[in-house]
Amino acid sequence: MFELYRPGNSFLHAMRPGAKLLALAAAGTGVFLLPGLPAIIAVMLAVLAIYAATGLGLATAWAQLRPVLLVFAILFAAQVFIAGWLTGAFFIARFATLLLLAGLLTLTTRVSDMVAAMEIGFQVLRPLGLNPSKISLALALALRFIPVLAQITGEVREAQRVRGLDGSIIAVAIPVIVRTLRMSDAIADAIEARGYNPDKA
Amino acid sequence: MTSSTITFDGVSHAFGDTPVLRDISLTLAEKRIAVVGANGSGKSTFARMINGLLLPDQGAVSIGGLDTAKDGKAVRRRVGFVFQNPDNQIVFPIVEEDVAFGMKNLKFSKAEIETKTGKMLRRYGLEGHRSHPAHLLSGGQKQLLAISGVLVMDPEVIVFDEPTTLLDLRNKLRVAEAIEALEQTAVVVTHDLDLIADFDRVIVFDEGRILADDAPTPALKAYVEAMSGV
Ligand SMILES: Nc1ncnc2c1ncn2[C@@H]1O[C@H](COP(=O)(O)OP(=O)(O)OP(=O)(O)O)[C@@H](O)[C@H]1O
Ligand SMILES: [Mg+2]
Repeated sequence: MFELYRPGNSFLHAMRPGAKLLALAAAGTGVFLLPGLPAIIAVMLAVLAIYAATGLGLATAWAQLRPVLLVFAILFAAQVFIAGWLTGAFFIARFATLLLLAGLLTLTTRVSDMVAAMEIGFQVLRPLGLNPSKISLALALALRFIPVLAQITGEVREAQRVRGLDGSIIAVAIPVIVRTLRMSDAIADAIEARGYNPDKA
Repeated sequence: MTSSTITFDGVSHAFGDTPVLRDISLTLAEKRIAVVGANGSGKSTFARMINGLLLPDQGAVSIGGLDTAKDGKAVRRRVGFVFQNPDNQIVFPIVEEDVAFGMKNLKFSKAEIETKTGKMLRRYGLEGHRSHPAHLLSGGQKQLLAISGVLVMDPEVIVFDEPTTLLDLRNKLRVAEAIEALEQTAVVVTHDLDLIADFDRVIVFDEGRILADDAPTPALKAYVEAMSGV
């Protein structure tokens, strides 16, 4: 879970992250402009072919969609109810294609490379008083600590289950929050100790 | 005095109304320096002052003549810091990305980052994990990764705050071995007295004061006596 990057030698791995981000943005927009179900399905098949060609494989493609199957089911049901099953299928196919496209980016790009590319993109935000280097470090940290947070939550739930408290959201949430805050202090120290300077040019 | 000499000059510090360090004056020029003492005796506070993570309320701390309050950036570069919990000091998701973080902050060239990352990961037997997620490493490997991320920045002094506390015996030994092999000056805060048996100097803290400052055998004797209330 959450192991975003898959090392490899495909053309997508070799492509520059900035170019990939732009290509993703263009392809995503394109998917929105496609007129009908057959066109979407053709694009989806093409994206799946890229998964196969880059060595990521169809199992990996499936893994991108599996976490949101329930969401798909609910959306599909709603669409069928409102507008008919054809519209529902169109909607879901478009959604799935977008997720698969985004997966191609995250699976073939190292976080640090993506962060560097975004940092350049974020330069446009500088006049608004936002610091690009801070935003991109925050993104990297979010990705790095998602598995740690999942682990902390798991540990706390286990500890509360032993005490018969695992049914209570509060009993789990409070220790998780306290541990997370303590952890953020420690991480801030570690970042500072490694020479990070948010005000660098 | 060399560029790695650590000087505390009349340092006192309090958190709120609680005094944590009381008038500490010391010059540390040895290669292996241990800091021991009871929980809450001020060891971490002392350690964090060495690289300017914390500045003293009173007095001054300097490294090779650089004042931590005035030359923070230069001090940070000269003094690396390894923390107790490896999970909280690995910043990037992938092993090699994390090793590169400090070097990027110091604006090392891409080629240099590449070479040094490879060299350091080989040194600690982590080259096979180069592009793996850091959170999948063992505790000992994570701590070695943390040490790698600090060493590639070429510090002259490395401060360790309880580097082996969270590790099992086998991983403890690996990290102890790594510390022993360092060329740099190492200041090690620890409760693991085996780790420091061969150190050059042991400083014992007690309620913010220095209780003993000596070779390991006499210093640890004084520590044990004080703790057992003899
Ligand atoms: N940021 C802080 N804010 C308030 N009090 C603090 C802070 N950091 C430390 N203290 C207090 O200062 C005292 C000394 O803490 P310090 O962390 O230096 O002790 P220590 O010797 O490292 O202990 P341990 O062996 O438990 O790590 C403790 O009483 C602690 O509660
Ligand atoms: Mg401590």
